Amino acid sequence: MLKGLNIAFKDLKIETRAREIFISMVVFSLLILIIFSIAFSDLLSSASKTATVASGVLWICFIFAGTLGLNRTFATEVQNGCMDGLKMCPIPRNSIYLSKVIFVFLLMLLVEIITIPMFSVLFNYQFTGIIWVGIVILLGSFGFVVVGCLISALVVRARAGEMLLPVLLLPLSLPVIIPAVSATSGLLRGEDILSLISSIRLLVVYDFVFFAVSMLVFEYVVED
Amino acid sequence: MFTALMLLVAFWAIFFYLPVMKDPAGNVLDTSFNIFYFHLPIAIVAYLAFFVVFVSSILYLRENDSKWDMVSLSAAEVGVIFAFLVLATGSIWAKAIWGWYWVWEPRLTTSLVLFLVYVGYLMLRTALDDPLKRARLSAVFGIVAFVSVPLSFLSIRIWRSAHPLMFGGSLYGQDGGGLEGNSLLLVLLLNMLAFVLLFISLTSFKFQNEKLGRELEIVKGR
Repeated sequence: MLKGLNIAFKDLKIETRAREIFISMVVFSLLILIIFSIAFSDLLSSASKTATVASGVLWICFIFAGTLGLNRTFATEVQNGCMDGLKMCPIPRNSIYLSKVIFVFLLMLLVEIITIPMFSVLFNYQFTGIIWVGIVILLGSFGFVVVGCLISALVVRARAGEMLLPVLLLPLSLPVIIPAVSATSGLLRGEDILSLISSIRLLVVYDFVFFAVSMLVFEYVVED
Repeated sequence: MFTALMLLVAFWAIFFYLPVMKDPAGNVLDTSFNIFYFHLPIAIVAYLAFFVVFVSSILYLRENDSKWDMVSLSAAEVGVIFAFLVLATGSIWAKAIWGWYWVWEPRLTTSLVLFLVYVGYLMLRTALDDPLKRARLSAVFGIVAFVSVPLSFLSIRIWRSAHPLMFGGSLYGQDGGGLEGNSLLLVLLLNMLAFVLLFISLTSFKFQNEKLGRELEIVKGR
């Protein structure tokens, strides 16, 4: 666990110096927001209509930006043979996986922290009950990253791996994305938290299941 | 010998399969309901196929025997076809009853997800060249992919859904669920058996095929 944190810290350090992944994730996410803002410009006058499209727009931003980030996570390690170095470290293999989950999760959170206020500005929308929305977004992003890091490691050495990633990742992570989107849209439309508890429960269950399964099988992914 | 035995099984499946086509038991209900006798067994077989992929993937990782990799591949290919047929037969029925081919509701969504996930599985296989690596990585994907199967199965019990619930009573006040009458059940069971046998024979044909293909590769290599 602690060793995983060390690797994640290393990744963050590289990222704070080069900032290549993070910047492209944020810019990409904002561009999607702008496109949607233009496409839905007729709806922007009514808050209730905006609330209906909000969760879809937000999640598309998060997922696309996240996919962009996931594409690079293992690619950077493979490039200069760093993966072999990591594998030689006296650490359990799945702490490599854990470190990548932490790293991409943090990146996604930062992107979300920037995207949500921008959404508020571009769509002229006032968020209420942001705490619950935040919790749902956190849970959803975590599940997405958990699946994503595993798939990213899987496809990194495949032919056309960067194209394969979204094709494999999106269907596989839908069990997480569906409850996340429906809970977010419920919250933004002002539904009671109690009526959404089943979605949130499902989200938590899937986060755990995917995380546990990924931790178990990751060893086989990097074994070469 | 093995192939001959399986041929026999396949013929047996066809003989079970045919009388059902003409079966008039559906007269009691609207005839569009007849498709259900295909739809449910096909769905069950798709789940079964993906379960086979799951189990053989685990066995591959444990035993490192390429036999299990071939089983995964064969079951996944047959499973994808069956998963597609589930969607197709379901849509035909839905057009007759609901008036639309497709409705975005949990059962349908998750069935589509299941289909796409295993299409992805087959795509992953084609993208990896090294046979050992392909076997290992696709086994990992086969295990993770299976997580979406229980979701699809349980979805109508988790969310309110327009899809009829056939077993386990009407949880959310759905009417028309629950099968009654022995002859209906018998036809259903016969179909179930036939489709499972069809699955077994198709998968083993594919398995044999794959095995011969690999033997050929080895011979060519020499």
